[in-house]
Amino acid sequence: MTLLKEPDFGTPARDGEATVELTIDGIAVAVPPGTSVMRAAKQAGVDIPKLCATDSLEAFGSCRLCVVEIDGARGTPASCTTPVGPGMAVRTQNEKLGKLRRGVMELYISDHPLDCLTCSANGDCELQDMAGVTGLREVRYGSGVEAGANHMDAPTDSSNPYFDFDASKCIVCSRCVRACDEVQGTLALTIDGRGFDSKVAAGMDVGFMDSDCVSCGACVQACPTATLQEKSVVELGMPTRSVVTTCAYCGVGCSFKAELRGDELVRMVPYKNGGANEGHSCVKGRFAFGYASHPDRVLEPMVRDAITDPWRKVSWEEAIGFTARRLREIQAAHGQGSIGAITSSRTTNEEVYAVQKMVRAVFGNNNVDTCARVCHSPTGYGLKQTFGESAGTQDFRSVEKSDVILVIGANPTDGHPVFASRMKKRLRQGAKLIVVDPRRIDLVRSPHIEAQHHLQLAPGTNVAVINAFAHVVVTEGLVDRAFVSQRCEDFDTWEQFISAPEHSPEAVASVTGVDAEELRAAARLFATSGNAAIYYGLGVTEHSQGSTMVMGMANLAMATGNIGRRGVGVNPLRGQNNVQGSCDMGSFPHELPGYRHVSDDGARDVYQQLWGTPLLNEPGLRIPNMFDAAIDGSFRALFVQGEDIAQSDPNTQHVFAALSSLELLVVQDLFENETAKFAHVLLPGTSFLEKDGTFTNAERRINRVRPVMAPQTGKQEWQIICEIAQEMGYPMHYDSASQIMDEIALTTPTFMGVSFKKLDEVGSVQWPCNLEHPDGTPIMHEEEFTRGKGRFMETVYVPTTERSTRKYPLILTTGRILSQYNVGAQTRRTANVAWHPEDILELHPHDAEVRGIEDGSTVALSSRVGRTTLRARLSERMPVGVCYTTFHHPVTGANVITTDNSDWATNCPEYKVTAVQVDLVVEPSAASLETVAVGN
Amino acid sequence: MSGVGLPPQVRLANEIARQFAHRTPADAATAIATHIRAVWDPRMKAALIAHLDAGGEDLDPVAALAAAQLRPVDAQGAK
Repeated sequence: MTLLKEPDFGTPARDGEATVELTIDGIAVAVPPGTSVMRAAKQAGVDIPKLCATDSLEAFGSCRLCVVEIDGARGTPASCTTPVGPGMAVRTQNEKLGKLRRGVMELYISDHPLDCLTCSANGDCELQDMAGVTGLREVRYGSGVEAGANHMDAPTDSSNPYFDFDASKCIVCSRCVRACDEVQGTLALTIDGRGFDSKVAAGMDVGFMDSDCVSCGACVQACPTATLQEKSVVELGMPTRSVVTTCAYCGVGCSFKAELRGDELVRMVPYKNGGANEGHSCVKGRFAFGYASHPDRVLEPMVRDAITDPWRKVSWEEAIGFTARRLREIQAAHGQGSIGAITSSRTTNEEVYAVQKMVRAVFGNNNVDTCARVCHSPTGYGLKQTFGESAGTQDFRSVEKSDVILVIGANPTDGHPVFASRMKKRLRQGAKLIVVDPRRIDLVRSPHIEAQHHLQLAPGTNVAVINAFAHVVVTEGLVDRAFVSQRCEDFDTWEQFISAPEHSPEAVASVTGVDAEELRAAARLFATSGNAAIYYGLGVTEHSQGSTMVMGMANLAMATGNIGRRGVGVNPLRGQNNVQGSCDMGSFPHELPGYRHVSDDGARDVYQQLWGTPLLNEPGLRIPNMFDAAIDGSFRALFVQGEDIAQSDPNTQHVFAALSSLELLVVQDLFENETAKFAHVLLPGTSFLEKDGTFTNAERRINRVRPVMAPQTGKQEWQIICEIAQEMGYPMHYDSASQIMDEIALTTPTFMGVSFKKLDEVGSVQWPCNLEHPDGTPIMHEEEFTRGKGRFMETVYVPTTERSTRKYPLILTTGRILSQYNVGAQTRRTANVAWHPEDILELHPHDAEVRGIEDGSTVALSSRVGRTTLRARLSERMPVGVCYTTFHHPVTGANVITTDNSDWATNCPEYKVTAVQVDLVVEPSAASLETVAVGN
Repeated sequence: MSGVGLPPQVRLANEIARQFAHRTPADAATAIATHIRAVWDPRMKAALIAHLDAGGEDLDPVAALAAAQLRPVDAQGAK
């Protein structure tokens, strides 16, 4: 494949019918009203020269290179800022226009280094291209010193680890500034000075690294010259070929062009045609891919008899034979149900499908679970109960039609930054914002955005708050009666339940800490402002009432009629890239692929026929149950696919005890992670650059993951699973990953017709795909709910048993930050550590002062299950009585602190509420010294 | 903190029972049993019934009613 260059139409597309007819250089074209002449020309096949215009940004009209003539109009207007009109006749080329453009180019080039041959952008420079297009042959003013005052000695800012800013090459087109404003929404850049002194400045001209820049790469993407350039391009040269694939970080699932020279990856460039991101990116997906070639990668299988033994590198044949033999031996000694597996949300649908098939068809049990257990399992449960499908209701683009956005327990600017940029764009256009979160997350107040309401609730009181919202809606006559009567059931019972005085904002205020009048105002805003959408994250699910809260949000959406069209819905922001997919693929111990219960004879029979083996109709063990069963001795062997449970799962001591109890632990991973310390077999995994398959993002979008390079381990992960199955005596074989998807599509009704071929043709599809919607369903439940009628559920608020006490007076809540990802296995092995070298404990200055803690102090953080040390940061983002940390660094061991408490319905751990004490450490412990060392 | 030190199946059953405390005991027990039947591994159901048969110490009374509805359990998953 050659280097892929998407066409640039100069200005953004406009919605609507193509009703405006005009001619451009005599060519007839019809476009929607509001379209620019420049874009219409491109659509007619006519390229108008441009420098300051690009179709990800609104027209700016500064470079004057795109001038045209229009019959009946005076002068030579800029085609980028001139909207089309009916009957317009446009000329884009004649002698006069050519002369004007050459004059503009002369001025640009007179203040630009003439080092094209040695410039890093050589071959990918729009200035260079335009010099050619305009026919520039001489610069009458000279160049460099001979041209007089110039900017050629302007310094280069290399402070960002991933890109340089070479001010000497800047043409001050403002594309970078506008990209930061319009696309990313951070507004970190500006044009400083006037006239000749105008220059791009980061923040108060403090350099990129010390500014508010979030390193999303939008400015680099927008730059038409070598001014903002990836360091990798400077070092390696221009890439020569592209492979379109999908990011392996968060649940947004951005599409990227992996751009290579030969087999060497030079850069990742966001793909304009990617449905999830439409050409935008964040610091992780855009730049943090170096882990894939990190020397820490395990590339050969390793085996040992006991975890106290050193690893022994072995052949694939020996590793697979050892694994298969030990699994069968353990089953023979301890029973069919004594072994199981955990799938990963970081692997492809095909790899996950293969593992659950191995468990069900070869292990002969349903002991398969997925890391989604510890993040979004309540989403699956809650939305299935109420709507009938375990998935979010909208596509990401839907937010463009939202009038009010309710963000609960999510921090999109850190956790889902590319979607956050879409959301912020809509907020800047005037949509209202309600944030429900104990922390004052960035979204509450950021440039040009301010939440109308920030309900700073006490951790663990989500259900009380959402019930109070619904109480206001019902008791103040704000229910969408027509929607409810036509589309829903069990409303009357629910209405009676939610109308009870104990659910009123006034009644719950003492528990939630939320001012009743403000909550009432927020509920009214939600119910009366037009399209109202709910976006939520792990701050909803990782609670003892996570499933109840999901149902509570579904109740609110139904009661206000905010389901089944653009701009509304209940939208989970999934943590990892393939959380949705790993759940879809039958990773839960009670569900076959497509969320069909294992007791469903019809569904089970589909697989029994195809796989030629009987399947159990009883659920298997969930992850926490596996740990308990390992300790009680009934569960002896575990296969862990791409998941670091020793670091990510709660109550580390309990997890360690469980893993230490196993007779066989098989870990398949890129690195020798924390879990591998307890393993007997380490099977090297493949990075996303080597995988061949699909990921499914938070909007149910199935995206292709294409191999950018051959597996460094010599095998795809699904091949390894098949070989283990074969060694265990079951004939499991596929010729390719695409054959696995064919089997998924054949057996899973919501994946009907999905194939690699189809995805290559149409780009991506959003399941459900069926006869009625073969190309997918961006918005769900439009005519009716998947289960027929939407079901109102009674959502009783039951306080968590985890409460602050005299001994543990503070509540700890955990989360993630922008530059790091999950347990940090990937991002810690990239330059992203420049932003977050260690986990930090944020706490309110008042809580710090009474403990003698200052900003930067080393503190001990202890709960009833464990203790760790880390550095403190004083922050008024936190309410008094609540502290916060991340879990990106194993040395911190944040999950040493978290407890066994879990969601009642799904056992999703209650990471978000742990009673703790924080004490100043006068003499740093060994652990804290280690943290400091890592930080330095 | 409630639940600390309890056998896992008792702790989990009690957690579920707390969610249904607003219903009548009979209604709650049916809902709890339905939920457990749908998502618990057979060995966990067997352990809960065994705990009930051994006197049901620390088991929520409504959870105990639910546990009784789980008989007979098919514990083939544990074999």
